[in-house]
Amino acid sequence: MSEVVALVVLAACLAAAVARPRWAPDWGVAAGGAVLLVVVGILSSADARAALRQLGPTVGFLAALLVLADGCRRAGMFDALGAGMALGSRGRPGRLLAMVFLAAAGTTAVLSLDATVVLLTPIVFATAARLRTNARPHVYACSHLANSASLLLPVSNLTNLLAFRASGLSFARFGGLMALPWLVAIGIEWVVLRRSFAGDLGRSATRAPRALERPELPTFALAVVGLTLAGFVLSSLVGIAPVWVAAAGAVAMVVRERPAPKDVVSAAEPAFLVFVLGLGVVVRAASQHGLSTAVDGVLPHGTALPALLLVAVVSAAVANLLNNLPATLIILPVAAASGPGAVLAMLVGVNVGPNLTYVGSLATLLWRRIVHAHDQETDMGEFTRLGLLTVPASLLACTVALWLALQVV
Amino acid sequence: MRAVVWISEDTWEACVDHARSLVPGDAEVTLLHVAPTDVEDLASHGGARLLGRHPPPPSGPPLRAIADEEAQALLGEALKRFGQSAHTVARRGKIEREVLDACAGADLLVLARDGEPRLGPKSLGPRTRFALDHAPCQVLLVWPEQPPGLDTIPLPPQLR
Repeated sequence: MSEVVALVVLAACLAAAVARPRWAPDWGVAAGGAVLLVVVGILSSADARAALRQLGPTVGFLAALLVLADGCRRAGMFDALGAGMALGSRGRPGRLLAMVFLAAAGTTAVLSLDATVVLLTPIVFATAARLRTNARPHVYACSHLANSASLLLPVSNLTNLLAFRASGLSFARFGGLMALPWLVAIGIEWVVLRRSFAGDLGRSATRAPRALERPELPTFALAVVGLTLAGFVLSSLVGIAPVWVAAAGAVAMVVRERPAPKDVVSAAEPAFLVFVLGLGVVVRAASQHGLSTAVDGVLPHGTALPALLLVAVVSAAVANLLNNLPATLIILPVAAASGPGAVLAMLVGVNVGPNLTYVGSLATLLWRRIVHAHDQETDMGEFTRLGLLTVPASLLACTVALWLALQVV
Repeated sequence: MRAVVWISEDTWEACVDHARSLVPGDAEVTLLHVAPTDVEDLASHGGARLLGRHPPPPSGPPLRAIADEEAQALLGEALKRFGQSAHTVARRGKIEREVLDACAGADLLVLARDGEPRLGPKSLGPRTRFALDHAPCQVLLVWPEQPPGLDTIPLPPQLR
């Protein structure tokens, strides 16, 4: 009975996050569900507290990163990136795509996939429109790289942040092991997008970048981001948790940009932070009542190449069914038992896998199909074809690259 | 005679030039631009793909305003290059469907190859291919630059 209740609460959390009903906000369902599971005794309050203690620093880390990225936006970093991309493209769509790749891969790696999806992609669309060239290849590139270029650092994706603590790796070693898979993922995206949009990218844009002024570099923001990154690497050497480095970076941006306090709070997305905490507790309950055993039965153990490949594929499948956040919470405890190699292979799966669908998971896709039954908005066929060309190849090649890195680094 | 000239970002100049030289002077010409809403949607509502996140809307003018402004500017330039009287129409939606819709009752559609610059099926992108295959009228299909030579056709296998 406990198993069923825990799974029903987990399903309710995911349904609320996917369907976003007005009367039941996802953060409310997740927090309420967590409290309910403790009240009815399915999860002991000690276990709930342990789950919160484990997630607390990660959620604080996330909040600091969101505030840091918002500070970069206020400082004009993304506008400057847009102007820089336009200038660097010299009016040629092929060169613009190269600029977009640099900007999207860099933004994702350093400021997380949220920054690429929410802050950079609209700028890329506007830049392509102003250059009077087809925006499709460039927007698709942003959309894909937000996922596949999020392999590099613990800060590149919330899934990485969650796994970082469990992996026991230092910030620098995490980045060192994931550098090769990251480059391989970006390389595969480049080859597939270049070939798929060869016609669009082959000609020169019809408008020379005449009205483009040289962008004003947001030097302070760039310095803060650079110092924060350096701080992440150094923090593990001197024994400071990287969350404090992120907090210092966020504070520096807030002091400099002086946004209204309510804007700082809304940039940190408190509702999302509550959702992550609530979901973490609910998954802990479900894991204790059978879910962990089930995952343990499916997931291979060990860090030989076939085991790592299977971990990546299973993780990609779960991420595609449910979305990568719950997939990470569910698989992580089992993968962590096999060591850091398995945790990183899981990250290859949950980060690269969601490119198969344009909404990140089948659950979201199905819901959208139900709500927008006659909606012709997104060219699903084309996006899915690009996903089929990149995802299986990336899962295989990135995991092999990870395995190589594990032998060497 | 009613002619629709499809104005798209990368190939519009060739369409306008050929329409001017090949379409009869007394024809009623419409210069048509379609903004693809799916790309705009993916760019502006990407946050909806991130589970549990509710990011504030992006700052700056909405992408739709930028797309509309650029479409009008492009149609203005196309009209100037055409140099004769013509209607201009800006539509939004799924590109190939909107183009075909705009061809209802027209006698001619002028469109350009938008694929690879060599002879063969890849010289047409998927949307142009759809419009060409389903056009309910005569079609004038032009090359955006000088047409490539016959030597760009791959040799038949037995001659390789």
